[in-house]
Amino acid sequence: MKAMKETTAAGSGRARFDVVAARRDFPILSRTVHGKPLVYLDNGATSQKPQVVIDTLSRYYREENANIHRGVHYLSEWATAAYEEARQKIQAFINAGHKEEIIFVRGTTEAVNLVAQSYGRSSLKPGDEIVVSAMEHHSNIVPWQMLREQSGARLRVIPINHDGELVLDEYRRLLNDKTKLVSVTHVSNALGTVVPVREIVSAAHERGIPVMLDGAQAVPHLKVDVQALGCDFYAFSGHKMFGPTGVGVLYGRRELLEQMPPYQGGGDMISLVTFEKTHYNVLPYKFEAGTPNIAGGIGLGAAVDYLRGLEWDQVAAHEEELLTYATEKLTAIDGLRIIGTAKHKAGVISFVFDDIHAHDVGTILDEEGVAVRAGHHCAMPVMQRFGVPATTRASFALYNTREEIDVLASAILKALKVFK
Amino acid sequence: MADLEDLYQEVILDHNKSPRNFRAMGNSSHKAEGYNPLCGDQVTVYVRLRDGLIEDISFQGSGCAISKASASMMTAELKGKQESAAAELFDKVHRMLTGDCVDGVQSLGKLAVLSGVCKFPARVKCASLAWHTLNAALKGGADVASTE
Repeated sequence: MKAMKETTAAGSGRARFDVVAARRDFPILSRTVHGKPLVYLDNGATSQKPQVVIDTLSRYYREENANIHRGVHYLSEWATAAYEEARQKIQAFINAGHKEEIIFVRGTTEAVNLVAQSYGRSSLKPGDEIVVSAMEHHSNIVPWQMLREQSGARLRVIPINHDGELVLDEYRRLLNDKTKLVSVTHVSNALGTVVPVREIVSAAHERGIPVMLDGAQAVPHLKVDVQALGCDFYAFSGHKMFGPTGVGVLYGRRELLEQMPPYQGGGDMISLVTFEKTHYNVLPYKFEAGTPNIAGGIGLGAAVDYLRGLEWDQVAAHEEELLTYATEKLTAIDGLRIIGTAKHKAGVISFVFDDIHAHDVGTILDEEGVAVRAGHHCAMPVMQRFGVPATTRASFALYNTREEIDVLASAILKALKVFK
Repeated sequence: MADLEDLYQEVILDHNKSPRNFRAMGNSSHKAEGYNPLCGDQVTVYVRLRDGLIEDISFQGSGCAISKASASMMTAELKGKQESAAAELFDKVHRMLTGDCVDGVQSLGKLAVLSGVCKFPARVKCASLAWHTLNAALKGGADVASTE
């Protein structure tokens, strides 16, 4: 791994993350947009892919492609082994206790839907309660609303304060004998808030309530250890952590997964089918109906290898420095207001101007080669909470630099000039 | 940068800053809400029709400069015109925005400034939202117009 190479910061003596080397691992970062070097700050939407992931996908289709878990032939066995190896890599990456606790899904959205429709639908009764927070992505709201329609359960919402932090006292007050599940984000996609999930988990577990965490924005930035977190379900997407699109992971505690009915029916999730009765397959296959995204799974394994090859302390220090620098730089811009000022944040700066719409800012930044997201970030309740129609969001990854923050800041100044 | 100047022409910036007919209407005969789920832009268009004449037209909502300016110019253009003129203009604007931005631009008069949007495909829906909403209001069918 080129990015692992350590360089020493002048004078500090501390090993620093070699961001220049890391950038070379991501070929797209050297392209231009509208004649300007690409400054990719839309990592919260999706991250770019390192060459090792691209090569893995291409090699799979060029040399290894076959269906898995069914062929007697060489390639099928090969593909099966590669896919299952990827599962093991992911298990190690999040420190899950068992390989069969790693369920491959399409992404975080499907993982939440799986838990809602399998765990939720089979166990919730009218009057039961599900607790989410006011800073959830739509994918951690709508599946529960659908479940609410089906089961008669209620949805309770943990409020957030003006900095975009969960109000933990209110959370504790929401928990009661009717609470059957807590599902909250680990890192907010719209605000960047890092949620104190250990406290969330321990308060729920005191009452025997299982907890699901949406880790889509957490895995690219934080070292995640599901056993240390103690959560019962953890969901994330491959494409936000430098892997391919269309593949993600649901981690679930084995005891819970075993009790849960299948989510979808089809091939691969059965052990015996007759017209009278079907016996379901064992974990994790019980939840993996149909031919999965084989290339995606193997590609995600390559992304995990890439991440595990980096020095995480260095990456974390680099990202922290970026966020601090960007916060200072943007705060200094006249009229710019940052939405989401939690003490503990990761990877995201959302901002607004009173008289310039996020969409217009986004277009002008794009002309400068700067890719950001403008809109509601699939978190419309967050926008409502802060009384803004939309925000401009710059979201960072390990390959971003201070120089790119400078480009962002001067592009924002250009937008101000257009709308002076 | 030339494209950007085409997009944010003075006229558009002016309509964004001081939008015309930007108010709710208590006695409207037709009303519809428009919504762009992609970016959260939202507009309500009010029309008071009498004997086929657009006596009054106004809008309210939140959105980017392009969507606001487009709505503002639309109301300014159509106030006092026949309902049939609205339908005609809708077709022309729609054709321009989704087409090559050259066809029929001259016949659009002041609205021709919207042609700069065509070089920004991501923004076409911003410009067309108010028009779709007006269409829905006049047809009276759908309560919520959508650019999707």
